[in-house]
Amino acid sequence: MKLTTAQEGGKLTLSLTGELDHHEAKALVRKLEDCLEAAMPRDCVLDLGGLRFMDSSGIAVILKLHRRMNTLGGRLTVENVGQQPLRVLDASGIDRIVDISA
Amino acid sequence: MNELNSVRFEFPSLSCNEGFARGAVACFAAQLDMTLTELGDVKTAVSEAVTNCIVHAYPDTVGPVILRLRILEGDELEIQVKDHGRGIEDVARAREPLFTTGGDDRGGMGFTIMESFTDSMRVRSRVGAGTTVTMRKRVERRRKAR
Ligand SMILES: Nc1ncnc2c1ncn2[C@@H]1O[C@H](COP(=O)(O)OP(=O)(O)O)[C@@H](O)[C@H]1O
Ligand SMILES: [Mg+2]
Repeated sequence: MKLTTAQEGGKLTLSLTGELDHHEAKALVRKLEDCLEAAMPRDCVLDLGGLRFMDSSGIAVILKLHRRMNTLGGRLTVENVGQQPLRVLDASGIDRIVDISA
Repeated sequence: MNELNSVRFEFPSLSCNEGFARGAVACFAAQLDMTLTELGDVKTAVSEAVTNCIVHAYPDTVGPVILRLRILEGDELEIQVKDHGRGIEDVARAREPLFTTGGDDRGGMGFTIMESFTDSMRVRSRVGAGTTVTMRKRVERRRKAR
């Protein structure tokens, strides 16, 4: 699991590469929270284009990020979601809470 | 139901084995002519079941997880994930969407995903003895007609 970040104005883009499961989730959440703390973005984009696999552990990660952005008064969008992660997100109904685009 | 082939793995409930279990089921399922979507579904279901053993069955210890895979007559894959951990008090409740005893680290969607990504899911559990989750996934027939 690799995390790369890019900042442009008030927009922070967080890009994930690899497989997101429970094994990876804990360390990832800590890293994501550190990024938000440092950048204090208005908009946050979570780019899942490089994600080969995700299970329900990823849902909890996205919800945490979403809540953190809410308290910062900003917005989270999840982009470039591949086929397998999208099926997991669809099954969870998280698209009713978080902005998700394939 | 006639069994055509089977494998059995036993490994300790370490989170690094979640990826191993997904890889193992993908390798074994290669003997069936699955679509990428079906393969993704099966890997996801296994990941959920094995993660539950690691997170919930053995919360403060490391214990054995048994993954048994079978190919059944009629292009069907059976996945069984078994632990000897703490067990589930109320299985019906545990299977409900969003139910979790894992706090905000978990989404409570594991069983929901296992159930919707396979054709059937059976959960047998006894408190203090352990849990066995058995899922079956049929490979779409139309692909065989080529
Ligand atoms: N193997 C298991 N051993 C003990 N309890 C389990 C097991 N699998 C599931 N559970 C219980 O069922 C609940 C729901 O599981 P699940 O739907 O996967 O959601 P989550 O893992 O996100 O909590 C868990 O929170 C836990 O209480
Ligand atoms: Mg679970």
